[in-house]
Amino acid sequence: MIHTSGLTKHFVVKKKTVEAVRGIDLHVEAGELVALLGPNGAGKSTTLRMLTTLLPPTSGSARVAGFDVVADQREVRGRIGYIGQGNGAGHSQRGRDELISQGRAYGMSVAAARARAAELIASLDLEGVADRVVSSLSGGQRRRLDIAMGLIHAPALLFLDEPSTGLDPQNRANLQEHIRELRAGHGTTIVLTTHYLDEADQLAERVIVVDHGRVIADATPERLKADHAGDRVTLTFDHEADARRGEARALDIAAGARAERTGARVVIEVPGGAQLTPKLLRSLDEANLDVVGVEVVRPTLDDVFLNLTGRSLREADAATPETATTTPQESAA
Amino acid sequence: MSTTLITDTATVFSRELRPVLRDPFSVLFSIVQPLFFLGLFAPLLPDSEGGGSALQWFVPGIIVMSSLFATSSTGSNLLFEIQTGSHERMLVSPLRRPALIIGRALKEIVPVLVQTALIIAATIPFGFRPNPVGAVVGLLVLAVFSVGLGALSYTLALASKNNEWMFWGVQQTLIFPLMLLAGMLLPLDDAPDWLRALSRFNPLSYVVDAERALFNGEFVSATVGGGAAAAVAMAAVGLFVGTRAMRRAVG
Repeated sequence: MIHTSGLTKHFVVKKKTVEAVRGIDLHVEAGELVALLGPNGAGKSTTLRMLTTLLPPTSGSARVAGFDVVADQREVRGRIGYIGQGNGAGHSQRGRDELISQGRAYGMSVAAARARAAELIASLDLEGVADRVVSSLSGGQRRRLDIAMGLIHAPALLFLDEPSTGLDPQNRANLQEHIRELRAGHGTTIVLTTHYLDEADQLAERVIVVDHGRVIADATPERLKADHAGDRVTLTFDHEADARRGEARALDIAAGARAERTGARVVIEVPGGAQLTPKLLRSLDEANLDVVGVEVVRPTLDDVFLNLTGRSLREADAATPETATTTPQESAA
Repeated sequence: MSTTLITDTATVFSRELRPVLRDPFSVLFSIVQPLFFLGLFAPLLPDSEGGGSALQWFVPGIIVMSSLFATSSTGSNLLFEIQTGSHERMLVSPLRRPALIIGRALKEIVPVLVQTALIIAATIPFGFRPNPVGAVVGLLVLAVFSVGLGALSYTLALASKNNEWMFWGVQQTLIFPLMLLAGMLLPLDDAPDWLRALSRFNPLSYVVDAERALFNGEFVSATVGGGAAAAVAMAAVGLFVGTRAMRRAVG
């Protein structure tokens, strides 16, 4: 569905070249649900904009839905759906009218566009608001309308750029449900960008971690966590002295573990920590060390990102001011 | 079913027209200023030498003024769509780039027609007597001119992109010299030579002169030909520049 080779984008801002995307090789097969995960400014959106013909690449090439994104722009455009960061429907228009226009733009007859619009309005729960002016809709309603706009021609490949940014938790859950349904019901290939860890984790079958314009990891969320981060086992002891001995014993048992003790509490980070914990507790019991509390925490994708880059995704985000979509980003800094 | 440049243009045109038809007040709003000129400025003008009403000379200029005001600011609609995201959505669609500008520019004809009809209706009771056939031909010339000016306004919006102040800055800076140099408010007959020379470089001058001739029943003349040529040239330049800008538009 998507094949890129050395896809690169440089922007020139104030006579300085900013390398937003630095040679990305990407292969997405039909039916995959892929998330591009990374901090703001990592190059996710720029990559998406090249794949959807919005930006010409500086170098490298990309074939999307069988066609080249530079040489065959119209062929690509007709075959993909795109849900951007903004609102697809014009604010001074009515939702239903915009859906029909959108259908016409993709070559549907008026009757077909009208029927398809009605179908999407029903399935996205927009019946009460489809004939109102878009600017009067709530954020969540507008987002659902954006999804309907992107789906009017039932594309086999759908791109979503930061789909849940600015949505409240309920609307985010709702959106994720729609994405899953699309996948399950129509086998749509879906590529989305996100900087929400839990979204990538819960939704995507494959997570491509992007940082500074490069792909730094690409696997299922489970695989990424298994390869790049361990479980975190927290043991609380009766006394500090026990904790000190317990820490040493734990490190003996768990190969490749890292431990950190604060007072009577020891945090051990180790792959397969959940499986290891019963054995660890038995061993500590044999040594007459009193464990009064135990907690096992599975790693998150943030731990993965931290281990891959040395920075937390949250910190990386906080350090980068929100950039306008067309403004080159800090990735080269 | 496949699309053509014509169906794409029709899609964009009808999409642009919908908010106008639904909210005709927006069209009325842009004739408020020209109506002030009619009500508060026209009475200062002396009647023409033949004894006819000054409106006979003044109203065609005001008609051009109202379409100038409306059409030159129409790019702000595109600017708004660039900011909210719907322009980006259309750029990802297979709509042909020229259709995105031609469909929008053609829509400008509709408010121009409505405004002109309203101004004529408002001035007839005060003594304005347009030649009916001349008025129709005059509207045609004005419509062609507006397509060109509208396309340029959209081009300015594409160039301003995220700088709304730049769009309004350029539009406001250009609109008054264009208006004054076209002799819209006062005749330039007694103007100093440099000012008259300057006005000859203003395409709007030819259109205003042609409208005056047409509304007063003069059809076959160099003045009318000049206005028509200026309108066609404006449309050609506007659509050419606009299409180029739209082809280069990146999201």
